[in-house]
Amino acid sequence: MRAIEAPPQRSWRSRFKVAGLPATLIVGGLVLFASLVLAVVPSLFAPYDPAAMDYNSILAAPSLAHPFGTDSFGRDVLSRVIHAYTIDMQIAVFATTGPLIVGVIVGALVGYAGGLAESIFGRIVDAVISFPQLVLVIAIVAVLGPGLTNMYIAVGVIDWVFFARLVSGEVKVQKRLDYADAGRAMGYTPMRIIFRHLLPNAITPAIVYWMTDMALAILLGSSLGYLGLGAQPPAAEWGVQIADGKNFMATAWWISVFPGIAIVVTGLGFSLFGDGLAELMRTKK
Amino acid sequence: MSALATPAETPALSVQSLTTVFQTPKGPVRAVDAVSFDVMPGEVLGLVGESGSGKSVTLRSLMGLIHAPAQVSGRVLWQGADILAMPKKALRRVRGGEVAMIFQEPMTALNPVLKVRVQIEENLAAHSQLDARQRRARAIELLDLVGIPAAERRLEDYPHQFSGGMRQRVMIAIALASNPKLLLADEPTTALDVTIQDQILKLILDLRDEFAMSVVFVTHDLGVVAGTCDRMAVMYAGRIVESGTVAEIFARPHHPYTRGLLGSVPRGGAERTMLTSIEGTPPSLAVIPQGCAFHPRCAYAVEHCVAKRPALERIGLGRMVACFREAEVAAAGAPV
Amino acid sequence: MSAMTNHPGAPLISVEALEKRFAMRQTIVGRIAGRLPLAVHALNGVDLAVHRGETLGIVGESGCGKSTLARCLVRLLEPNEGRVRFEGRDIGELRGGERRAFNRRVQMIFQDPYSSLNPRMTVRQILGEALSVHRMRPKAEIPVRIAELLDLVRLPQDAAGRYPHEFSGGQRQRIGIARALAVEPDVLVADELVSALDVSVQAQVVNLLLQLQDELQLTIVFVAHDLRLVRHISHRVAVMYLGKVIEIGPTEALFSAPRHPYTMALLDAAPELDPGRRTRRAATRGELPSPVDLPGGCLFNTRCPHVFERCQVERPLLAERGGDHRAACHLADFGTPAFEPSFTAAEPA
Repeated sequence: MRAIEAPPQRSWRSRFKVAGLPATLIVGGLVLFASLVLAVVPSLFAPYDPAAMDYNSILAAPSLAHPFGTDSFGRDVLSRVIHAYTIDMQIAVFATTGPLIVGVIVGALVGYAGGLAESIFGRIVDAVISFPQLVLVIAIVAVLGPGLTNMYIAVGVIDWVFFARLVSGEVKVQKRLDYADAGRAMGYTPMRIIFRHLLPNAITPAIVYWMTDMALAILLGSSLGYLGLGAQPPAAEWGVQIADGKNFMATAWWISVFPGIAIVVTGLGFSLFGDGLAELMRTKK
Repeated sequence: MSALATPAETPALSVQSLTTVFQTPKGPVRAVDAVSFDVMPGEVLGLVGESGSGKSVTLRSLMGLIHAPAQVSGRVLWQGADILAMPKKALRRVRGGEVAMIFQEPMTALNPVLKVRVQIEENLAAHSQLDARQRRARAIELLDLVGIPAAERRLEDYPHQFSGGMRQRVMIAIALASNPKLLLADEPTTALDVTIQDQILKLILDLRDEFAMSVVFVTHDLGVVAGTCDRMAVMYAGRIVESGTVAEIFARPHHPYTRGLLGSVPRGGAERTMLTSIEGTPPSLAVIPQGCAFHPRCAYAVEHCVAKRPALERIGLGRMVACFREAEVAAAGAPV
Repeated sequence: MSAMTNHPGAPLISVEALEKRFAMRQTIVGRIAGRLPLAVHALNGVDLAVHRGETLGIVGESGCGKSTLARCLVRLLEPNEGRVRFEGRDIGELRGGERRAFNRRVQMIFQDPYSSLNPRMTVRQILGEALSVHRMRPKAEIPVRIAELLDLVRLPQDAAGRYPHEFSGGQRQRIGIARALAVEPDVLVADELVSALDVSVQAQVVNLLLQLQDELQLTIVFVAHDLRLVRHISHRVAVMYLGKVIEIGPTEALFSAPRHPYTMALLDAAPELDPGRRTRRAATRGELPSPVDLPGGCLFNTRCPHVFERCQVERPLLAERGGDHRAACHLADFGTPAFEPSFTAAEPA
């Protein structure tokens, strides 16, 4: 009776479709595409040099000349928000891609091997998730010294565990299916079975999580920037900008609020895109 | 041997033009299409078909167990009253009371967190006037009746403590608690081993005699039909294509699908020969072929079969078939 | 039917005293208390031989160990005791190239048409992989060979570019068969090959298997619970119960004159296709004992209608009953005209 069962309930967001694709995928994709363009060629869109100080208009409110206003050095906030895309998108990609690759490989191997490898991995997971991630990253950065490179190292040391956990769980499910046994019975090598057969069927959750993780990375990066541990002033970075404006919140809210909005919009873009991707993979199956 | 359909008797259950349409994202799906049949008192009717034939949906439809988004139409007359049009209160008395149902997978049909005693007594409380002490005594009696050893002790067990066959017996005991007059059985032995299946089938036949029940038995297994049913109706793509007594249909099928099914099952004496199989696969209910739904797989099909759908017509006493070429099929005899 | 009852030469596969246990998860309390870990005894000393060109049917109910045996034959599982020999060599000792050659020559086809094919590979990729890993053909000839294989299992040529989910269950089993045949094996081990399929489709796949065996001179081990099917397809049949072969013999002899009470019960329990020959008495009483805690003596003694004292204490050996027919029962004349059920015990409760 498989043919006539009612379809599983899906979230309301994923029900909207445009040209056969989930609307979330398209909206998220557009946001990310725009973010990427801004990150690569910010000077095409920024009206001013982000570092140029104009002492004639310090702390100027949003106007036609400065749509997002200016900060305490008279720098154009819009231009700084746009130029910050370069650093923040870089954080999103650089901080998560390494952990994705390492995590997927380790997770696939651990999930397939089981036994002792799995027990050891389980203890590592326990150790990592028992600390709040931000605290752990701050501790590592504090030891290594502030700066973007050290931040990537700090995130990478922790973040791969989450990918590995997702993949190993999924590989464990897949390896019990007959097609894995069929490969073994055919005499295929374990590496072929793991990476050619199991992984393509096990990687979807990791890819979807990768999107969320990039949003989290931006959040983490700007948090560290705010605390002075990530990107260093005078670099244009949203966290740094929010920190710049923290003393002027009552008088010049625009210095902090616009970078904040940029974080929210970009994060939402990643999250929607991830949702849409999950939906797409599910319908494909 | 129970009564076959003689015109003088009134049927216990009369299903008339039962139609079930599911609303799916890809459009309406007609899972059951104008199905009509009668079940006489004390009779075992086999509803036979492959996956997607609509046999299980038929069974659920006549109990009103189909949930939206689906429409069920037609009439299901139980002792003269239409189950589909019954008010909720009357329906509750019938459902699980005079009409009981057992399923293929008892583990999902039984409540895993309640003791077997509670589940039997629950049904007794709903459908009888017994007090607590009498209910307990009756529960033991029922477990004993369905062949569960040490019934009194096993009463306090949970479903997962029983083996597959014993669980099926428990489910039958619960169904019997309400003294049903009609048992609807949805592939109750499909998940069981052959020796256990044999035990359960024989048990159902014994209980049929003892309770003077009618039974509607949904199955895909022709051996089960041959061994337990009095009459049978063969379903294909949501419709009944042939019905009659089991003996007659096995001896001389009039529908090419029935004939093909019989030929697909190996019998002793012709080892390692080709089976007379049916080409192709059963159609999805979402895309039922035009004309006779069976024509793409049928060796007897002619042009007419592609254009027009044959109606289910009477060809003898209690014998119906929906095929333009039934005479030619019948002339070919039963497959060897 | 050719005379498969006399086997020239050594068997192609032989199984000797094979035992397989699956340890059950032990509780911490049990481990501290030093209790012995419990185990499911899936195979309890199986001996068999498979001869070149024959179909050996292995039949039994769930829990009899037939699937475990199938998996041991292709070395998906390592037995705890005993050995499987292929052309006389212990397959547990094969290494390197010999191991690969064994993996190529003995192929398995799986039960579930929905999980036995990688959902993310096209039919072309599935078949192509088998061909290239075992270097069956030079790269340029692979597309031609894939076309041949599709023909062989009666699938249309356009199947190559499609994914498994685009096929029906019966077609998927054909793809599984094509994958196994791609490496030109000597032996096919088919585990419940058709039991997930509709009756009308089962017949198609069974017909295909019979034709392929003739065309390619295959040796087939056909594992199934369906007696009718096993009878139809096999030259010889082994009946398993609780991890042991309790009867083995030529199909005709075994089905017409079973020499073990369990085989007899199994045949009686299988519903007859003839509505005129129905019985009202169940063929067996009681249920399968737990494979964790096996009965002493004969494994069938808890359900056997002919049980007597010796059955409780001594496990019968698989003994010759004439004409390549063997049965493991203390009643040597069971199933013969001379047999009188004089030992019939009192009705168990």
